[in-house]
Amino acid sequence: MSVQSSSVTTYTPDEMMTIAAARLIRPGCVCFVGIGVPSAAANLARLTHAADMVLIYESGGIGTHPSVLPLSIGDGELAETAIAVVSLPEIFSCWLQAGRIDVGFLGAAQIDRFGNLNTTVIGGYRKPKTRLPGAGGAPEIAHHAKQIFVVLKQSPRSFVAKLDFCTSAGFLNGHGERARRAIPGAGPQVVITDLGVLKPATGSQELTLVARYEDVSVDRIRAATGWPLAVADTIDLVAAPTTDELRILRNLHKRTEIAHAGDARRSRKTSRPSLEQARSTA
Amino acid sequence: MHLGSLQEVIDQYIHDGQSVALEGFTHLIPFAAGHEILRQKKRDLHLIRMTPDLIYDQLIGAGCARALTFSWGGNPGVGSLHRLRDAVENDWPRPLSIYEHSHAGMAAAYTAGAARLPFGILRGYVGTDLSGVNPQIREVRCPYTNAAIATVPAINPDVTVLHAQAADRQGNILIRGIVGAQKEAALAASTLIVTVEEIVESLAAPMNAIVLPHWVVTAIAEVPTGAYPSYAHGYYARDNAFYLAWDEIARDRERFTEWITRHVLCSRDHAEFLDSLAEAA
Repeated sequence: MSVQSSSVTTYTPDEMMTIAAARLIRPGCVCFVGIGVPSAAANLARLTHAADMVLIYESGGIGTHPSVLPLSIGDGELAETAIAVVSLPEIFSCWLQAGRIDVGFLGAAQIDRFGNLNTTVIGGYRKPKTRLPGAGGAPEIAHHAKQIFVVLKQSPRSFVAKLDFCTSAGFLNGHGERARRAIPGAGPQVVITDLGVLKPATGSQELTLVARYEDVSVDRIRAATGWPLAVADTIDLVAAPTTDELRILRNLHKRTEIAHAGDARRSRKTSRPSLEQARSTA
Repeated sequence: MHLGSLQEVIDQYIHDGQSVALEGFTHLIPFAAGHEILRQKKRDLHLIRMTPDLIYDQLIGAGCARALTFSWGGNPGVGSLHRLRDAVENDWPRPLSIYEHSHAGMAAAYTAGAARLPFGILRGYVGTDLSGVNPQIREVRCPYTNAAIATVPAINPDVTVLHAQAADRQGNILIRGIVGAQKEAALAASTLIVTVEEIVESLAAPMNAIVLPHWVVTAIAEVPTGAYPSYAHGYYARDNAFYLAWDEIARDRERFTEWITRHVLCSRDHAEFLDSLAEAA
């Protein structure tokens, strides 16, 4: 599905979600991101209004400036374009755990009304219906980053009344439980979906709808939520993507596609540069 | 340090029932070594790896593993590891015990292992269900402040296997680029096997590049493109088409078994494996 915006450009709900997320990153922000929508949104922010942001990936790249989106967390682009490359134990202990991250950007398979996240299993742990990849860096990112941005598509399957498994803590049962358990970061301060934007309510910390996109009704957002959704008194309308935002995001995806199609061809053949050549180019 | 063929080295140092860590955080994954383990039909292994990746999907699907310690079990940038899922969801081809951590937890466990400490500590896991399903995740009280802090037992693999860019003739190892927890996993192990892109006269390594000195290295095998289809920084990028194709191959038990038989079991070594893939392309 695509939507006609006021600037006479069509865009998809996924593009709207990525762009809405990118806009929330402030200049100078130190941002810890994973592969996928978080990586696309953070890089879009870097290529638009937040050129001086510091992008950190869990594989150890600090201050990376990838020209194309990484295919995986091990992508050499993340090392080559970084200010520094450190080991994985160091990135988690001395950078994340030490409180040097402003925003941790996470996705999830399931989220509940208090912003707790599941990336582990659907169904029971011992006999799962669907075994998901698991925790990765998420639990400690959710624990230590000064704030968390969550990006995921909104549907009754993903916005659930009760998580099948809590992989990463949001506000737990709300009402200050997170702070009482001495979790240092402020937790999920915003959830950006393909329909709108949610923020935790003061006091209860329950996720509350605060903004919607053009042509998306509040009723539709309620219907895509697996619990009775709290809705703010005033709902903001998120501005449609500008032509610049769409152009930069699409160019980024296009460059990424072209670059990675090349990777496969190059790497399948076993002609390899000498160590000396490798040193001078890598 | 023993310099040998990959076949010799795997035969001599990896035995049924051992705990084995093939490390490399999505980069420098020792695929060739994993395939040799598969060819030699090692059994009852306790596999350890932060990101099991395609190589453990293959070993698990081929029935080499009884247990898995890990922290993120997906096909990076693609989706699921279907053989890992089938083992966990349906016990196929055999039941698999899992010991599941977060990356930070596993990094702390390797770091403790490398230092020969009994456990690692970290601020984390609070409020998550992970400690409920992995009894290894516990907590202690800080002796100075009495604050609770999470603990994980040290990981000390019987054998760690790495792939690196280069070794010199003495057996010193150079690793560059994304280094993950390779150094910690290497120093935590009783036996360290390293496959390398090439053996050189001099590493001419930048002063702070990761060098594992020769006397901690048990054995080295020179295996060009030994990390294929993953990355080896300075040598080749990931073959993303392979990672995408694996999603299809691994979905189906028969198709998987046929692929393993044709490309891994029926090839004598890594060069033949690469040739068989090229022929099929």
